[in-house]
Amino acid sequence: MSTTTQRPTAADSRTTGKAARVLGDRRLPVLVTAGLFLVMYGVGLSRYQNYGFAEAQVFLNLFIDNSYLLVAAVGATFVILSGGIDLSVGSVIGFTTMFTAWLVERQGLPIVVVIPMALAVGAFGGFLMGYVIQNFEIQPFIVTLAGLFLFRGLCLVISKESISIGDASVSSMAQTQVSLGGAFLSIGAIVALVVLAAAFYVLHYTRFGRRVYAIGGNEQSALLMGLPQGGTKIAVYTMSGFCSALAGLLFTLYIQSGDPLHATGMELDAIAAVVIGGTLLTGGSGYVIGTLFGVLVLGLIKSLIQFEGTLSSWWTKIATGVLLCAFILIQRAMTSRRKT
Amino acid sequence: MTTTPRWRALTHHHLFWPVAVLVILLLVNVPFTPDFFAIKMTDGHLYGSLVSIVLFGSPLILVAVGMTLVIATGGIDLSVGAVVAITGALTCSYISDQADQSALSGVFLALGIGLAAAIVCGLWNGFLVARMGIQPIIATLIIMVAGRGVAQLITDGQIITVNSEPYKLIGGGYWLTLPFSIFIVAAVVAVTVAITRRTALGLLVESVGGNAEASRLVGIRSMRIKIMVYVFCALCAGIAGLMISSNTSAADGNNAGLWIELDAILAVVIGGTSLLGGRFSIGGTVVGALVIQTLTTTIYTIGVPTQTNLVFKAAVVIIVCLMQSPKFRAKVFGAKFGGKRAAVPAPAETAPAAEASPKMEVS
Repeated sequence: MSTTTQRPTAADSRTTGKAARVLGDRRLPVLVTAGLFLVMYGVGLSRYQNYGFAEAQVFLNLFIDNSYLLVAAVGATFVILSGGIDLSVGSVIGFTTMFTAWLVERQGLPIVVVIPMALAVGAFGGFLMGYVIQNFEIQPFIVTLAGLFLFRGLCLVISKESISIGDASVSSMAQTQVSLGGAFLSIGAIVALVVLAAAFYVLHYTRFGRRVYAIGGNEQSALLMGLPQGGTKIAVYTMSGFCSALAGLLFTLYIQSGDPLHATGMELDAIAAVVIGGTLLTGGSGYVIGTLFGVLVLGLIKSLIQFEGTLSSWWTKIATGVLLCAFILIQRAMTSRRKT
Repeated sequence: MTTTPRWRALTHHHLFWPVAVLVILLLVNVPFTPDFFAIKMTDGHLYGSLVSIVLFGSPLILVAVGMTLVIATGGIDLSVGAVVAITGALTCSYISDQADQSALSGVFLALGIGLAAAIVCGLWNGFLVARMGIQPIIATLIIMVAGRGVAQLITDGQIITVNSEPYKLIGGGYWLTLPFSIFIVAAVVAVTVAITRRTALGLLVESVGGNAEASRLVGIRSMRIKIMVYVFCALCAGIAGLMISSNTSAADGNNAGLWIELDAILAVVIGGTSLLGGRFSIGGTVVGALVIQTLTTTIYTIGVPTQTNLVFKAAVVIIVCLMQSPKFRAKVFGAKFGGKRAAVPAPAETAPAAEASPKMEVS
């Protein structure tokens, strides 16, 4: 659609058409986000140059400190692309930290056994939600809301207090640094990047990815075209549950404890990252790369506020809200142009 | 089929199931606390489990009533929790700056400022939803995310405590032997019911929820109606915010009204209002909010660890939603029961096709 190679013959008479085409380009929001990221990074460079902002490690820390958010947001991208929404992300992350910490510390299981168990539980939770959404035609919003309550409640059932993890293999895993020239990445960041790459491949180069886009674009036509819609929807929510559990594991590594209140409200961060990354909330349009930039922008806001020093943490929330608003309005402008 | 018409009329009343659940929940308490229904008179105040359920449930009832109208127009308002926090924060910070915190004029001005902020939030939500045509979940997500930050900004990240007698009355005071907040809730509910059911407004709200475009074509200013319900919802949330902060005499930007939007949506759903919009029941919502509060109280009284509260809530959401889903009823109870409220394809209503109907969607 947007990638037609036809060149306009008379450039002057087509200025309005050009503007419409720019606004209609599906890649526009991703480019805007990427541009915003570069501008913000540039501002950071010019303001905090003397405080070491230019170091490569500061840049890589964006990945290290937001690895769990990136994984959760990738899962949310799938769900939102399919036209749904998953509010249980934060709770599943919190539950996974709790579950992992409980199994490792209180039950003495080795972390190698615990990891697949935690992932399986998350994926199964996602599968159940997808099954209910698909088979009983209940709105995703309300089903995942129930999931939010359920997993947060299960956290508290495991324990009301936080469990810190002192296990040697976990802490050695958490402290492993993979050096990249002068700087390093943590295992969590690498896992997150692998997940991102896998998601990119699945969304753009597999049948499943195309089905996700088709269902998000128009569920009715996808059904009429004969796409196995039910299975795809369930798979999308399963994948989101899996990603949330994986994000929970990364969060456990990052913070080395389980707490029933970990990651409250992280579903909002994940959704915000997806929206800022340019994925249409109505589904069917967006790129997983955009999600990466969305997460990076959110992470950069946090580190800019840290570098500024005088600003308090709640400015993060306000800035996120303002960005969210701006990008929603851009999306709105885009979709209204495309329709007319 | 042998039931009498009166019994059928009763069970088919839209409030039957919510009220039944509420009664069952209340009765569950009796074996654990035999004097559950007893109401004592102490110091000229009425005390008892029932009174405290209504007292602690009153902010939730307010928010849920506002939410009902929003949901009736096919929308949803996630920002109410943040509005609760903002209102409480603004009001308390204004009162705490006063030299005489108990001065009536100062308190009224503070209430005005708080509620005005709530109305501004509502106008913003309504503007985004009605004018810009953004999905309600997303439009209200903005204030949900940013609003808590704003509330913390107002309180400077601290918990502001106030010491004001008139302000304390709203959420923690007594009047005519009953908690004062019960009267506020009763007034809001009465006004809402009167406006929506005694005038055409309720019908207009339902018609906008049923089909916004069609209502616009028949001459209803659907945009204005939508903005109005968001403002009303925010106003209700603002009053609830005053109540919560007044009850504790403190404003906590971080925790005031946390998760209240979810409880409110849950109350609306339990009360029988469809999330798809187009019909609503204020009475059902009030009962729904009471059910949730009773559930919380029950969990406390029967000695189940309080942390399982959320698991119970999740179970209630799932059960209520499954019961409301026509497809689920068709599958579990057979086509006759499930097909009653339409929404199921026509063949499902005849008995022979019952086996085939659930499979239809698989192809």
